[in-house]
Amino acid sequence: MDNQEEKEQLKRAKESWQEKVDQTLQKRPERKEFKLDSGQEIERVYDPLHMEGFDYLEQLNWPGEYPYTRGIQPTMYRGRLWTMRQYAGFGSAEETNDRFRYLLEEGQTGLSVAFDLPTQIGYDSDHPLARGEVGKVGVAIDSLADMEILMDKIPLDQVSTSMTINAPAAVLLAMYIAVAEKQGVPVENLKGTIQNDILKEYVARGTYIFPPKESMRLVIDIFSFAGNNIPNWNTISFSGYHIREAGSTAVQEVAFTLSNAIAYVEAALKAGLEIDQFAPRLSFFFNAHSNFFEEVAKFRAARRIWANLMKERFGANNPRSMMLRFHTQTAGSSLTAQQPDVNIVRVAFQALSAVLGGTQSLHTNSRDEALALPSEHSVLLALRTQQVIGHEIGVTDTVDPLGGSYYIENLTDHIEEEVLKYIERIDELGGAVEAIENGFMQQEIQASAYRYQKEIEENERVVVGVNKFTTTGEQPIDLLKMDPATSRRQIERLKEVRLSRDQGQVASALQDLRKAAQSGDNLIPYILTAVKAYATLGEICGALRDVFGEYQQHVNL
Amino acid sequence: MKEKPLRVLVGKIGLDGHDRGAKVISQALRDAGMEVIYTGLRQTPEQIVETALQEDVQVIGLSILSGAHMQLLPPVLEMLREQESHDIIVIVGGIIPKEDMAYLKEQGVAEVFTPGSSTEEIIAFIRQKVEQN
Repeated sequence: MDNQEEKEQLKRAKESWQEKVDQTLQKRPERKEFKLDSGQEIERVYDPLHMEGFDYLEQLNWPGEYPYTRGIQPTMYRGRLWTMRQYAGFGSAEETNDRFRYLLEEGQTGLSVAFDLPTQIGYDSDHPLARGEVGKVGVAIDSLADMEILMDKIPLDQVSTSMTINAPAAVLLAMYIAVAEKQGVPVENLKGTIQNDILKEYVARGTYIFPPKESMRLVIDIFSFAGNNIPNWNTISFSGYHIREAGSTAVQEVAFTLSNAIAYVEAALKAGLEIDQFAPRLSFFFNAHSNFFEEVAKFRAARRIWANLMKERFGANNPRSMMLRFHTQTAGSSLTAQQPDVNIVRVAFQALSAVLGGTQSLHTNSRDEALALPSEHSVLLALRTQQVIGHEIGVTDTVDPLGGSYYIENLTDHIEEEVLKYIERIDELGGAVEAIENGFMQQEIQASAYRYQKEIEENERVVVGVNKFTTTGEQPIDLLKMDPATSRRQIERLKEVRLSRDQGQVASALQDLRKAAQSGDNLIPYILTAVKAYATLGEICGALRDVFGEYQQHVNL
Repeated sequence: MKEKPLRVLVGKIGLDGHDRGAKVISQALRDAGMEVIYTGLRQTPEQIVETALQEDVQVIGLSILSGAHMQLLPPVLEMLREQESHDIIVIVGGIIPKEDMAYLKEQGVAEVFTPGSSTEEIIAFIRQKVEQN
């Protein structure tokens, strides 16, 4: 748009087109107002006039080049497809091990472990608060003995494993390392991710244990330990996924996730770590929701903002520190209990937006997840959806095929702008930890969630099968049945473990851990020692609870 | 004379942290003129009943998405019966398979609302039930 004459010509042409549009509108008004999920009005059409001031090298550049808007690798999916990684885990370690090996046989390329809620909150399966929850939303892991079964006959030097674990992330990571040692796998070769993003637990997901300051210390201890011992491990996955599931907009998802990320980076720097030492192992986790183009633009904008932040704000030099690598999961909250097969279609489009947005790995939800945990058949369909996108429909043949689209570039810029405004506001509030403790993020999300619900109820937003195109007499589908004996068997095994170990060794490992928690020592080696002595998750987290205390949630409605 | 507003306890029972629904419902009930006491996360059945009695509510709305509903909901109803407070209406929202609904209703749950239910529907149900009581 440098040529003034060309621009004038375009403007004139657009004006005469606009006259025609006005005539059309008189005859046939448009169906509704068109808005993004984050509220911004969408224009009728986007054209070269929207690209004024657009600078290809600065805003996009080629894939694999700063600021990585078009993707973090030069060849992207032409070289290798994303990792197809279905989140799985239920019941006992044996059952989950079976599901893992099934998925690997069916062509899945990475593991993703779902833990049950007692595990995520650091309680053993026989704790009173674990009643009814053992093995429900994931696998129950009480001690190293369970982790040994979970990873049985799975070569840990060949798969990469992602663990959705936060407050007790250090304990589960230590168990994984201990199993690898037993398998004879060199620990430095381990590949995988722990979610380890405690800040979003306070905001959106709820599986916190300790107060923010102590939790942040554990996170930084992991960064530091991993840098020296497991260099290929992603030490954190800054998660926007749950923020979005809690009802945020696309802009809030990116803004709050990046603000949280900034808080961790600042904490690590403050603890004396070098930016280029730990930043290359930082990763992200986003949601793929239903507004297709907004989602594609969101992923691209997030990459550009992160690259900028790392380079300009934190002075990173290593390009890997500037590359935003992310996992995506399709939006669980968009699934409906009504006409569940329609969810297959929703998931496919959401997954496509993640692929066009350049994701590094992807979980596709199963059609039955608004009804129960997914059945094996549903999970397979979800995996097949990814395989169709990867192998059949040609969207992986060229890098960033939507790049340069007037609309996509406009949206990408818009989201970037709005996200930066939020980040600035949170900086003014004193950073993410502060913005969480005073409830700012939570209230922003709540307001969006309520607005979203209202839009559905007022029929401003169509959800097929819910407020339009409803049917009566729905087809039942086969749901996963949980084995009611799981909990009892798990508790029996836990008791056996407690009886068969060296009690003196456990007691002294826990005592050392308590002392280390009171001092400033890195806690991970102490946790590793306790894990290897078969101290249970509940005992280890209990020792830390003794020293750190527990977080109490404050809710402002 | 102005009618006394309905008092409703909205509770997250069990360990799951999915509170989007509970918060949206709380806000909607409040906008509909009810008084809402929201418990926050990780409530045990005992805590729910205790709070309900202390706050003298007419309705308890429990949100659960972890799949522990069959273990955690019946004790709530049982304790309410023991306390002779079974006139408190208990409704449930969350991911509840159809075959579990029948059992929960037998135990005394007035209604189960699954994903896709509207807040209007829930408000109407509460009003109608309280009137019947």
